[in-house]
Amino acid sequence: MQFESFTELWHMAGHGPFVWASYAITLSVIVFLIWLPVQQRKAFITEQKRLQRIAAHEDKSSNNKES
Amino acid sequence: MWTWFHKLGSPKWFYDISGKLLNFMAPVAALLLIVGAIWGLLYAPADFRQGNSYRIIYIHVPVSVLSLSGYYIMAIAGAIHLIWKMKLAEIAMRSAARMGAGLTFLALVTGSIWGKPTWGTWWVWDARITSELVLLFLYLGIIALYEAYDNKVSASRACAVLALVGTVNIPIIYKSVDWWYSLHQPATIKLTQKSSIDPSMFYPLLIMIVGFYFFYGVALMLNMRTEVLINERKTRWVQDIVERA
Repeated sequence: MQFESFTELWHMAGHGPFVWASYAITLSVIVFLIWLPVQQRKAFITEQKRLQRIAAHEDKSSNNKES
Repeated sequence: MWTWFHKLGSPKWFYDISGKLLNFMAPVAALLLIVGAIWGLLYAPADFRQGNSYRIIYIHVPVSVLSLSGYYIMAIAGAIHLIWKMKLAEIAMRSAARMGAGLTFLALVTGSIWGKPTWGTWWVWDARITSELVLLFLYLGIIALYEAYDNKVSASRACAVLALVGTVNIPIIYKSVDWWYSLHQPATIKLTQKSSIDPSMFYPLLIMIVGFYFFYGVALMLNMRTEVLINERKTRWVQDIVERA
């Protein structure tokens, strides 16, 4: 371990803000690049489920009319 | 002999195989990035000239390397799409553009933050940095170009051409530190000669580079899988997935 205490690790002899800012920004971009497709997939599934329900409903009502 | 090539073009086959790959690659990526980051931040020794600010290298170098190698993936996918009209290649190209924009942005931002304590400035119009900025505009340009067309067939073809033309920029970025006088330091890791970096600093860097490659694979496949579902929404197998979800 290169640092004696948490305060020392946080400050990194004056370079702390630069180092920690870089890591924080990188983490947020990584999370965003994973979140984006997962979110789009969820939206797609929700939309398709809605369409399936509408289709099923229309099937039913047209069957009712025939009978 | 060409069966694998046709299989590769089959969206369902890709969806199945990438699902299996993700189960293995996602934990490996997370593990490597966590181990590499902790090693680099806490255990690697401080640089005798730059002090602790050099610890940014553990993200700056991997994202910069990937911002370039990701371009090859995008350009090659674009070429395959142009030549064989393969839909999956077009999806790969657009997903790679999104990944590339994110990683190039990170390369520029972490480099800028590293520049402040090291060079005393956030930004210089230096050959390496300027050509990397052009790379960011290329990635963003491809994303914007695709959105600009209503006809998605022409859109993807125009994107593929732009991706191929932009390849010119890649050797310029690689060679910029040798061709022009530059603030940016030359490569520390060399394949043919002895690297100018101590093993105690190099091992965590290597772990981070491999970790970021795995992350790239994971995020690229996640992007492609979503796009494949959207593209194939009329087919039976996608409707089955929707029903089961």
